[in-house]
Amino acid sequence: MRQHISFYVGDTLHTLSNLPPEMTLLDWLRDQQNRAGTKEGCNEGDCGACTVLVGRLEQGALVWRAVNACIHMVWMLDGAQLLTVEDVRGADGQLHPVQQAMVDEHGSQCGFCTPGFVMSMVALSTRADLAELEGTLDGERIINEALAGNLCRCTGYAPIVRAMKKAAAYCAEHGEPISARTPELTARLRGLQDGKTVELRSPEGRVTLPASVDALASAYAQDPAAVLVAGGTDVGLWVTKRLRQLPHIIAVRTAQDLHKVHTRPDGALWIGAGVTYTEAMPHLVAHLPAAADTLRRIGSTQVRNAATVCGNIGNASPIGDGPPIFMAAGAQLHLRCGPEHRVVPLEAFFLEYGKQDIRPGEFIEGVLIPPLAQGSVCGVYKVSKRFDQDISAVLGAFVLLLAEDGTIEQARLAYGGMAGIPCRAKKAEAALVGQARTQATLLAAQAAIKEDFTPLSDMRASAWYRATVAANLLARLFDTGATGNPSNSQTLENWQEVAHG
Amino acid sequence: MVDPQKTVAQQAQAQAQAQAQAQAQPGAVPPHGPTLVAGGASSSLRHESAHLHVAGEARYVDDVPLPPNAVHVALGLSSRAHARILSMDLGAVQAYPGVVCVLTAHDIAHHNQISSVGAGDEPLLAEDHVFFCGQPLFAVVAQTRHAARHAAVLAKVEYADLPAVLNIEQARAQGSALVCRSLEMTRGNAVQALASAPRRLAGQLAIGGQEHFYLEGQAALAWPGEDGEMRVCSSTQHPTETQHMVAHVLGCPNNLVTVEVRRMGGGFGGKETQANIVACLAALAAARTGRPAKLRLDRDDDMMITGKRHDFVIDYDVGFDEQGHVLGVDMELAARCGWSADLSGPVTDRALFHADNAYYYPDVRLRSMPLRTNTQSNTAFRGFGGPQGAAAAERVMDEIAFVTGLDPLDVRLRNVYGITERNITPYHMTVEDSIAGEVMTQLAQECDYRKRRAQIREFNKTSPHMRRGIALTPVKFGISFTATHFNQAGALVHVYTDGSVQVNHGGTEMGQGLHTKMVQIAMREFGLPQDRVRITATTTGKVPNTSATAASSGADLNGMAVLAAVRTIKDRLITFAATKWQVLPEQVRFTAEGVGVGDTLVPFATLVNAAYMARISLSSTGFYKTPKISWDAATGRGRPFYYFAYGAACAEVVVDLLTGENRMERVDILHDAGLSLNPDIDIGQIEGGFVQGAGWLTMEELFWDPSGRLRTHAPSTYKIPACSDRPRIFNVKLMENLPNREETIFRSKAVGEPPFVHGLAVLHAISDALASVDDYRTYPGLNAPATPEQILRVAERLRSKGGVGHAQVHT
Repeated sequence: MRQHISFYVGDTLHTLSNLPPEMTLLDWLRDQQNRAGTKEGCNEGDCGACTVLVGRLEQGALVWRAVNACIHMVWMLDGAQLLTVEDVRGADGQLHPVQQAMVDEHGSQCGFCTPGFVMSMVALSTRADLAELEGTLDGERIINEALAGNLCRCTGYAPIVRAMKKAAAYCAEHGEPISARTPELTARLRGLQDGKTVELRSPEGRVTLPASVDALASAYAQDPAAVLVAGGTDVGLWVTKRLRQLPHIIAVRTAQDLHKVHTRPDGALWIGAGVTYTEAMPHLVAHLPAAADTLRRIGSTQVRNAATVCGNIGNASPIGDGPPIFMAAGAQLHLRCGPEHRVVPLEAFFLEYGKQDIRPGEFIEGVLIPPLAQGSVCGVYKVSKRFDQDISAVLGAFVLLLAEDGTIEQARLAYGGMAGIPCRAKKAEAALVGQARTQATLLAAQAAIKEDFTPLSDMRASAWYRATVAANLLARLFDTGATGNPSNSQTLENWQEVAHG
Repeated sequence: MVDPQKTVAQQAQAQAQAQAQAQAQPGAVPPHGPTLVAGGASSSLRHESAHLHVAGEARYVDDVPLPPNAVHVALGLSSRAHARILSMDLGAVQAYPGVVCVLTAHDIAHHNQISSVGAGDEPLLAEDHVFFCGQPLFAVVAQTRHAARHAAVLAKVEYADLPAVLNIEQARAQGSALVCRSLEMTRGNAVQALASAPRRLAGQLAIGGQEHFYLEGQAALAWPGEDGEMRVCSSTQHPTETQHMVAHVLGCPNNLVTVEVRRMGGGFGGKETQANIVACLAALAAARTGRPAKLRLDRDDDMMITGKRHDFVIDYDVGFDEQGHVLGVDMELAARCGWSADLSGPVTDRALFHADNAYYYPDVRLRSMPLRTNTQSNTAFRGFGGPQGAAAAERVMDEIAFVTGLDPLDVRLRNVYGITERNITPYHMTVEDSIAGEVMTQLAQECDYRKRRAQIREFNKTSPHMRRGIALTPVKFGISFTATHFNQAGALVHVYTDGSVQVNHGGTEMGQGLHTKMVQIAMREFGLPQDRVRITATTTGKVPNTSATAASSGADLNGMAVLAAVRTIKDRLITFAATKWQVLPEQVRFTAEGVGVGDTLVPFATLVNAAYMARISLSSTGFYKTPKISWDAATGRGRPFYYFAYGAACAEVVVDLLTGENRMERVDILHDAGLSLNPDIDIGQIEGGFVQGAGWLTMEELFWDPSGRLRTHAPSTYKIPACSDRPRIFNVKLMENLPNREETIFRSKAVGEPPFVHGLAVLHAISDALASVDDYRTYPGLNAPATPEQILRVAERLRSKGGVGHAQVHT
């Protein structure tokens, strides 16, 4: 048992033992470390002005992840290397190629979002596949994805994208300066890993950082009133916006055995509770190719770098994007309470708004997503006011199992945003099963959708819009099936028509 | 003389050539002629703070290091839209650990009043009534920001609710109380023109508001000094007004208060008057405690408290002929102004000033209706009502085109202002510089508008769910504050004995590159490189009685003031050098290599030092007031604008008819910045202004619940454009060789607000895509913001045909 945490900020080692549990990294940097370069724009993980880089050893290799410091808690840094905008210049004071390109391309106007952009861009410039960034549509998509979590109100983004391309070209040719320090930083971080459970105590409360799932189970069983925190992208807002104090936090991601993500011999994908969306992404995309376009729109890069797949399930939001997708795929949730294990179908986990099938001291160990059966048609559609980094008005995730003659044998239609919990459209499913994929079948299913749900009206969408889109997405699924192409070829994500002229 | 056969652009070009020739005469080199110093005015230079921005070293208010005794302020807000306060129990707030004191309206000994227009309807802290949900009730002063925020939510307030008026519809239904006078502009007889027109249509356009979403929230830091002095670092666009408000609230003369602004993290109009709330409360806390006090609003509080762009409902009635010529226009522009007057008067005025956009209305009547509501007090926002007015003009052109079957571009071209005729605005100003038609024509050619429009129509015939649309819209934007007295500026320039220069002026830097342009003016005039010219923070202690940095006027006004100050010093140096070296004054020239005195080259620093030794003053103020302008609201007549800035945008979109989602495929913009002071920075203003305008008209939606609580008060719920929302293809160009006809700073044109209006092309492109649903037989009548939901509603209405549209066509 260790009673302190250790991490590097730039080249300085910080060892902290007395820390309010909910102290955010942003407040700590600005108020206690005089690092005012990292800005507070929204304090809720949406604008990216506070973006910093966290370096960690993943499978032994140093990986940089951009995260939002405003909803990242300081204790999360145990064993990590932090870089803020003050740390990315060269030792000789020379601007990082990203910084220089931002200057040269007029990528800053008011400059307030700029440090956050710089950090997201530096994260991108440390990628090994930099050379691909230039010119191609895919390149722009990678840039859009990397910058989706950074808002700029002045530039209209065009000069920032130009700067990113320029910096990428420069780094591809001359090397990226931070990557050049990898051996040294890797060695430094190895020295911080001792595999121990940590208990931090302060007058304001305590934080338990269990090293293993067993340690987590035991700590949570002892204090079921504690708050479990994985990526903190949701709990962070309890702190910054609802001003909640959290006297006992138990960390999830420190349990190393919860970091497994792999495909089992039976083809099912296991995602442990400590796995972030970013870590799960390649596995999920391979497992559910039709969900790829939606998965990359969950949160932003910063959010996906911190948020876990299981946390997205555990917080039971009616508008979380992961649950309907996994539900349509027939996922099962693995729960644990002390020594006891339990498995529930994902759809049975959500009981009603704010209520789940989970007992005091019980937590999610992981989610198991079975493979899609041969002959399945799958469509996943996220509809939101803004394309990137927006909470869905409606998310539809559909899996149809077709017989050889094209008849629908099974249907799993899962929706987010349509009810108090993510749930399946049972009446619409019934309208599909046993039917051929005809216009009449579609109309019957669309009519049934209206029976399945009575959605809410709020600032994201009206009940009318939600109900209409929920039905229209079935039409999209039918179109997809008709072309025999199991991808989302009909959506704006993949709209390839290039303007004339 | 002006040749009427020539276009304005050609005339201006000819003028510039004539000037250049005059300057090229041997022996006649004017002392103030352009020099070739790299990065000087009229050439591109990087933002003066860019190297600080990217390194996190640019300081904003919240980054200023605080002394250990500083206190922090947080606010308690009304939870009701309209109510009488029965009681306010602040015991728990006061008792929270770390709280120093709690301030209410009773603690404001002097004036609890911050109406910027003197309307007297804006208490700093609520007294016995609250008028909107989010109104500040009290200020908690505590040792830490954490303590202040936690304490602020502990108040127990009892209210007696009163009827609340939340939107334009309710306000009209309940008798239309106004926050200020309505303005009417008339020319000719609109009623008669409408009655006799061959064709006529009437309709209604609803257009939403917009949150500024400056990335840096409102913030101020107040330092109490000796003998009642107060120094305030504020994120304000209007340091002078902030100074006056602080003095007013503290009950002291203006000379005790100094307001300083190094830079803002964005403003967009949202820090013109709204910064005063924060600065005054910080100053009040500092005065009360005798300690430096900081108030930085949390983002949600910021959005709950501060005003936004006005939403409008515009009713229009227009007469026209079969060729699409407008004959008569009658419009009423109703705006949700919020709970107090703030700047709603001039904002709704400017909506009227731009309800013609670039078009001549032969007979016209325009009326504003600034409605009082129990919502945030709407305020300045880039364009200041102009974009809403222009939206009405574009709706009218688009709908006329639709019902006559003409290409909307042709209708627009047929109605643009002429130069020698059809050139009088509804406010009786003669338009002397109209180039809207040329800009549109040039853009249409360059972006292949007509061919693409035909291809899009063809495409839509066979595409079931993805529909494309295209539109090309112009902008003509009036430059000058319509409050004539604001059109003045001051500067203070110091030359130090080492030849380095410090430039101070009354404008504020919010990202638009104003400071860079001011540095460039001094560089060009003195022939100095960038590192010899330093810009300082804007402070009321150096340049007093300034105007807000607003109305796109920052560079026009302050640039001329800086130029005046610089030339005063130059003239002294020229006289000195001519005497000392026995040459004619005309033989002293400031060049990049040094000061040419006759045939010798004297380093600038040498000349300056010699002048100092000879006891020549090396410091000067500069002053400027815009000529030619006047405006009388009572008669609705005058020349409120010195000149107009022009441009045109062509947008192509794709719309998904199953969900209403949409995307900008391609945008081309051609914009008139005169002889740009800094082409790169101006292109940045155009790109950014366009995306902000497109955001306003598409995804940005403000939503109040039925109780009057704003539910979109953070970026999680209020969506401004993100990186992937920029157009896939985005071409932005400046009009070339087109000097301002008026004598502005180096013949440049203002560029802050006009490009915002280019967003209208996107709204109309979406409308064009939607029109395909019913095979171009029913006018979509698309309102803004065209969110996916709004688009899907229109698509469903057109699909079912015969639904009740927003526009009824009378023929």
